[in-house]
Amino acid sequence: MTTRRAHPARCRAVGLPAALAALLVVCVLSLAIGALPLAPSAVWHGLADPASGAYAVVHQTRLPRTLLGLLAGTALGLAGAVMQALTRNPLADPGLLGVNAGASAAVVTATALLGISSLSGYIWFALGGAALVSVLIYAIGGGASSTPARLALAGTAVNAALYSYVAALELLDTGALDKMRFWTVGSIAAAEPGTVLRITPFILLGTVLALGCAKPLNTLALGDEAATALGAKPALTRGVAIAAIVLLCGSATAACGPIVFVGLMVPQVAARITGPDLRWLLPYSAILAPVLLLGADIVGRVVARPSELEVGIITAVIGGPVFLLTVVGRERA
Amino acid sequence: MSPTMKRSVGVSVVFVALAAVAAFATVDIGQFSGGITEADAFIINQLLLPRILTAVLAGASLALAGAVFQSVTRNPLGSPDVLGFTQGAATGALVGIMAFGGGALVVAVSAWIGAVGSGVTIYLVARRGGVTGGARLILVGIGIAAILSAVNEYLITRANIVDAAAATVWITGSLDGSTWSGVVILAAVTFLLAPCLLLTSRSLRVLELGDDLAIGLGLGVEKVRLLTLTGAVLLAATAASQTGPVAFLALCAPHLARRLTRRTGPNLVPTLLLGAALMLWADYISQHAIPNRVLPAGVVTGVLGGGYLVYLLAHQRKTGQI
Repeated sequence: MTTRRAHPARCRAVGLPAALAALLVVCVLSLAIGALPLAPSAVWHGLADPASGAYAVVHQTRLPRTLLGLLAGTALGLAGAVMQALTRNPLADPGLLGVNAGASAAVVTATALLGISSLSGYIWFALGGAALVSVLIYAIGGGASSTPARLALAGTAVNAALYSYVAALELLDTGALDKMRFWTVGSIAAAEPGTVLRITPFILLGTVLALGCAKPLNTLALGDEAATALGAKPALTRGVAIAAIVLLCGSATAACGPIVFVGLMVPQVAARITGPDLRWLLPYSAILAPVLLLGADIVGRVVARPSELEVGIITAVIGGPVFLLTVVGRERA
Repeated sequence: MSPTMKRSVGVSVVFVALAAVAAFATVDIGQFSGGITEADAFIINQLLLPRILTAVLAGASLALAGAVFQSVTRNPLGSPDVLGFTQGAATGALVGIMAFGGGALVVAVSAWIGAVGSGVTIYLVARRGGVTGGARLILVGIGIAAILSAVNEYLITRANIVDAAAATVWITGSLDGSTWSGVVILAAVTFLLAPCLLLTSRSLRVLELGDDLAIGLGLGVEKVRLLTLTGAVLLAATAASQTGPVAFLALCAPHLARRLTRRTGPNLVPTLLLGAALMLWADYISQHAIPNRVLPAGVVTGVLGGGYLVYLLAHQRKTGQI
């Protein structure tokens, strides 16, 4: 027992600083790479010195973009990990199961029908849409007969339904189509300092809730009866976990548009390092997800010069094959 | 004739009647009560008749393809809408609209290529050791669908707004561009493939029992799957190339037909008739729902079908079918 535990424990302890270091490197790269490439020293000057030529670039576009990537990545990674634990399903992902699409449909409704076009207005709609779909999907996925294929299928079907609703609204109003077609891809390129400030409280609250239910969710993994015998409160834990998912996905989607697969990939990679213990898995997911999101964003800036590829496209193109490999791997196991 | 068979025939007759009512409503016979002028004749012959025939043929094809997909994946949600096939058709059409200017024929051909291409890809990826399990087919389809929708979203952001609007209409599914030449293509493919698929009804029913049992009963499981899926993909691709992948028709029609006939098994004939009726009604409603606004038929099927789907998910969860 001790020898088997020693290895992951050491990995976890060494891995956390390594993951933080990777995050730091990606943040610096995200500040440095773009239409105007900056050397690391220039990035530092641009951050600290208002007289520097790079100050405007760093502060007005790259810093908000990087911070938004950090926040949204953390949110999606945590939400994915909590969702996979809650549904006991390795294929759960807020994008794939339609939670992000629910937020997105609510935002398009607010934009097209009510004329709300500022983030501070539609973030509430995003949270409401995410909440509705989360409860629906949870009701479907929580049943005893649920399998990964069934849950994924239900999520995709909800996604398709929401997609056709969004398309209907866009067709009625070409102005909305023109605005929303860029938002529905999923991008952090248009980040403004205001956007970052507005979603920070929601994501912080969601993060606290998610990390707080790590231990109770660990207990729930034993099954409801055993967990109740150990003093857990399954209904309360699930409620808190769903609230965390809604806050995290809703605010991330309001700011960036729907982004798929980040919440699917990161917890799976993290679980290889940490094993199934959520007290480790959740922090790892929170750190590794922004590494992936910002990394994908940087790739998007580089591959299609002089224009850019949206981060949502890069994550889908990387994440799709990972999803397929997971499917094949599960069947083999 | 067994009671369920009688009911099945009765329901089919009702579907035909519904389709006929919708067709008459579309032509709106009443408006020609004062005699038919030359202009009226042109509208009927060149605009309305092809529209109605396209609706009937495409609706029947999509519904039949959906029934086959659901039967092969053994899941009421395993329709082309969900399994990456629709997204493949959309990718093809977007490329046709953006790269080659978007003539009707170009869009039809490129959508057909996209649909068949994604169908072949999904089948090949899902096939391992000569076996294509239902669950694996579904999951692979979902993965491919997610990748392709990202590609589609990307293409739409790169288009100018006119192309983007045209592409959105096409992806939603509309009967506005119906022509006689389209009807001829559709009719040829439908009359060739639909009877072949109808003949596989018995094999599909055995396949639904599960691979082990079906093999035990002497069914060439993999051969049946390959043949029926090929037929369904070709049928749906041709329909989608003419009208666009009308949302949820392929998902809902087989389901509704099964509920109404109360028969187990794929219910191919009632499904086909219901598909035609639903398409005609969706088109009629989309033309008349909002005064002075003409919507694509896919908006109606998408919104109604989406609502039905949510009901289905909530209801069928209890029986453990989904």
